[in-house]
Amino acid sequence: MFARRAAPPVDSADRTATVTDPAPVTDVPAAEKSFVVWYLARIQAFCIAELQKIRHDRTELVTRAVQPALWLVIFGQTVSRLHAIPTGNLTYEQFLAPGVLAQSGLFVAVFYGIQVIWERDAGVLAKVLSTPTPRGAFVTAKAFSASVRVFAQAVVVMVLCVILGIHLNWNPLNLFGAACAVVLGAGFFTTLSMTIAGLVLSRERLMGIGQMITMPLFFASNALYPVAAMPEWLQVLSRVNPLTYEVNALRGLLLGTPATLWLDFTVLIGSLVIGITVSAKLLPRLVR
Amino acid sequence: MSSDPAPAVECRGLEYRFGDKLALAGVDLQVERGEVFGLLGPNGAGKTTTIRVLTTLLPAPAGHAFVFGLDVHDHAMQVRRHLGYVPQQLSADGSLSGRENVQLFARLFDVPRRVRDARVDEVLELMGIADSADQLVSTYSGGMVRRLELAQALINRPALVILDEPTIGLDPVGRSSVWDRINELRDAGLTVLITTHYMEEAESLCDRVALVHQGTVRAVGTPAELARRVGPEANLEDAFRSLVGDELREGGDLRDVRSTRRTAGRLG
Repeated sequence: MFARRAAPPVDSADRTATVTDPAPVTDVPAAEKSFVVWYLARIQAFCIAELQKIRHDRTELVTRAVQPALWLVIFGQTVSRLHAIPTGNLTYEQFLAPGVLAQSGLFVAVFYGIQVIWERDAGVLAKVLSTPTPRGAFVTAKAFSASVRVFAQAVVVMVLCVILGIHLNWNPLNLFGAACAVVLGAGFFTTLSMTIAGLVLSRERLMGIGQMITMPLFFASNALYPVAAMPEWLQVLSRVNPLTYEVNALRGLLLGTPATLWLDFTVLIGSLVIGITVSAKLLPRLVR
Repeated sequence: MSSDPAPAVECRGLEYRFGDKLALAGVDLQVERGEVFGLLGPNGAGKTTTIRVLTTLLPAPAGHAFVFGLDVHDHAMQVRRHLGYVPQQLSADGSLSGRENVQLFARLFDVPRRVRDARVDEVLELMGIADSADQLVSTYSGGMVRRLELAQALINRPALVILDEPTIGLDPVGRSSVWDRINELRDAGLTVLITTHYMEEAESLCDRVALVHQGTVRAVGTPAELARRVGPEANLEDAFRSLVGDELREGGDLRDVRSTRRTAGRLG
């Protein structure tokens, strides 16, 4: 039979006083002793759920692989023959591969806010937010759980690179660094999407804005061509675009091109922290 | 100094506004420990807003809403640890199995790993869905989804279970199975706060009810007491009509109706 926890013994006369811990809550956790562990536990919970969803339905991984394959096979090979884009010692396919890796993450993450709005409409969000989960932890957990999906996507793109004979650096440390860049980038774009969701509050509007910003973010980065080849005004935009720094880091790690990794990762981490902060502030608007 | 324990829920002059719209116009309410308490009212009466304040989803000013004596304004995180909450919509994730849905909430409530699996099995068994726990929720019937949501709400062994329109859109069989589970919670001594606009549901389930209309509590008592106030042959519906007058609107705003229809739609 269900053995319930005893109701908290709070004296009625103390009701308006500050009550520090009135209840013998048996499940509170060692985790609560450390805020960081607690925070990580929430991230782990949502990441596990995301992996379980992928395990139940892998069709999305396959269908989402089509677009990167088109970029690499059709766009990459065609532009490579034109010799129109200066890529130094690299083939254009090599130059493009990290860009496609970052782009596939962007395209998954930037619509993640739609899922959060769906969760709002389905009552899932209210139920989750009535658990002892701080808003910031929820947003961070969502960002990383989206990264799980993006990471799975990145593995598919890497396999495509092998099939297409695109030479990359397979050093495990470099691959780990690249995975971190992909996760951080996807995390930021997820929080950007959740921020927009918190502002516009409807799937239709978010879909429109997502479509409006995705291609500009992609084209105003160095994913398809070097920054030096852009007109000056676009270069300015590319310098404030986190996707540029993600692609820079990926090229440095996977192709050995000159990269200021400390700057790239600082920008990615900083963007993610700002994204988490802003979207956590806007999250309550979604449950009102 | 009194030695009486604090009530499970207490609201004192609770007000809440959505922009210019006054959703709660001074709700006074007290739910005692161990009772099944019903908030009755038409769509848009303020039932769900009250619940959203008590579940800390909406910010309440300090000194107006308490759960087991904890001010929801000051102690949101502690309040959440005492709650099990089932929202109005069917909120289980259809792309996960029943067991995975419950496991997620076990993790969110920090149920220790060493007891987590046993606790998950326990609540699934209690809700009568252990046999289908490993199936995707998208294959469940509406009644099974509701029982799964109750399992999620019980995973932290809450002292207070809050159910927002738990039988909305369910067929009679599903409704009956949910009522049975709520009665089991009462027998186990839990406090249950339930919102509904089905009068027969309130009469059948609730020890006491509050009639809510236009953001205020119009009357509180047992269903029989409230009915007697109208006449010897009256029922709760008569009491409700008598107390709120003829001001019943068509019911709720577009979002209320959409939400109700969405839930009913998911139930098929």
